[in-house]
Amino acid sequence: MGRPGINLVSDTGRARAGRRSALWLACGLSAAAAVTGIVVAPVDGWQGPAQRLMYLHVPAAWVAYTAFAVVLLASGTYLIGGNLRWDRFARCAAEIGVVLTAVTIGTGALWGHLVWGTWWAWDPRLVSTVLLLLAYAGYLGLRRLAAERTGGPDGADHAVARPAAYAGIVAFLLVPVVHFSVVWWRSLHQPATVLAPERPPIDPRMGAALLLAVGAVTVWAFCVLVHRVVVLERRLVVLERRPGAERAADRTRVGAG
Amino acid sequence: MIRRRVGRIAVVAVVLAAGGVLVTGALQDTLTYYRTPGEVLDDPDAGRRPTRLGGEVVPGSVRRSGDLVTFRLGGDGHEITVTQRGMPPETFREGQGAIVEGRLSATGVFESDRVVVQHGNEYGPSPGPLAPEAGGAR
Repeated sequence: MGRPGINLVSDTGRARAGRRSALWLACGLSAAAAVTGIVVAPVDGWQGPAQRLMYLHVPAAWVAYTAFAVVLLASGTYLIGGNLRWDRFARCAAEIGVVLTAVTIGTGALWGHLVWGTWWAWDPRLVSTVLLLLAYAGYLGLRRLAAERTGGPDGADHAVARPAAYAGIVAFLLVPVVHFSVVWWRSLHQPATVLAPERPPIDPRMGAALLLAVGAVTVWAFCVLVHRVVVLERRLVVLERRPGAERAADRTRVGAG
Repeated sequence: MIRRRVGRIAVVAVVLAAGGVLVTGALQDTLTYYRTPGEVLDDPDAGRRPTRLGGEVVPGSVRRSGDLVTFRLGGDGHEITVTQRGMPPETFREGQGAIVEGRLSATGVFESDRVVVQHGNEYGPSPGPLAPEAGGAR
C-alpha cells in the first residue's frame, strides 16, 4: 500500500470518488464471480454441489492471510516511522482478518459436514486456523485493554500502538504454520490446489470462478479497510476537539519515537 | 536501562519457549491426526486404545450387511480390516482416503464407530482416475 492508498483515506472529494470506484469494482467482481461460480463452473464430479463452497471458503482464507500480512507490514512500518496512521491500518486489517477467519471456519465446517462427514476434526489445519483466530482476537483485545489502561484513544496513542505492533508482528508467525500444516503433518484436510507444485489440478472454469471470487473478496476487504480507517480518524478528530482531551493529545506527542 | 531491557527480553523468551513446549505437547494428538495401517500393526497395544486409523479404502473390499459395513484400509503396503457400525458418509468411496475412529480388537479387526472421508485436491466435473465406476454413491 503506497501513497495512493494513503490518499484514499483522506476526507477529500477525490478520495471519496476513489473509494466509490473501488466499491463499484467490488460489486462488479462479485457479480462476475457469482455468475461464474454458479452458472459457468461445472458441478464437481466427486463432491457434487458442496464443492461450490470453495468459492467462499478459499477466498476468505486467502484474504484473511493477506489482512494479517497487512497487519505485519503496517505494524513494522509504524515501529520504524512512528506514524500512527499505520497503527490504525494494522488495527482495521486485524478486524477484517478476524472476521474472514471466522467465515473460513464457518464455511469450512459446513463443507466438512457435507463431504468429510464431520463438522469438526482435531486436525492440524483446523486447530491451527482456530489458533490464528484466537491470536488476532487476542491482538484486538490487547489493544482494547491497553487503551483502557492508558485512558488514551485506540488509534492515536503510542502507548497502545507500540505493544500492539509487537503483538501484530509475532502473531503473523502462525500464518505459515496454518498454510503449511497440511504439508508438515498428516491431515484430514486436502493439500493446496492452486498453490500445488505442479499444474493446478482444477478445472479451468472452476479456477476462473475461484480467482474472480478471490478478486472480489480482496477488493471488498480493501474497501472496508479504507472505510474503517476513515471512520476511525473522523472519530479521533471529534475526540480531540472535546474539552478535556488535552491529556490524551499530550501523550500522543510525548510518546512519539 | 540496557540491563533491564535484556532481562525483560529474557523473560519474554522463556515465556514464549515454555508456551511453545506446552502447545506442542497439547497438540501432539492433533499433529499425528491419524496412524497408518503399518503403524497400528507395528504397535497393536496402542491400537487397542481409541485410535484414528487412516488409509485408502481398498477397491473391491467394501461389504455391507445391515448397518454393518466391512472394508479394508490400506497404506504403505499394509492393510487392516475395518468393521464400521452405522453408515459412512455419502461421499465414502472405494479407492479414496478415509479415517476411522475406534480400536483394534483382539482378532486384529479394527472396530470403528465413526468414518470421515478424505478427498484429494483435484476438482473437476468428471471423476478422477481413482473414482469407482458409475453407480456408486454420487
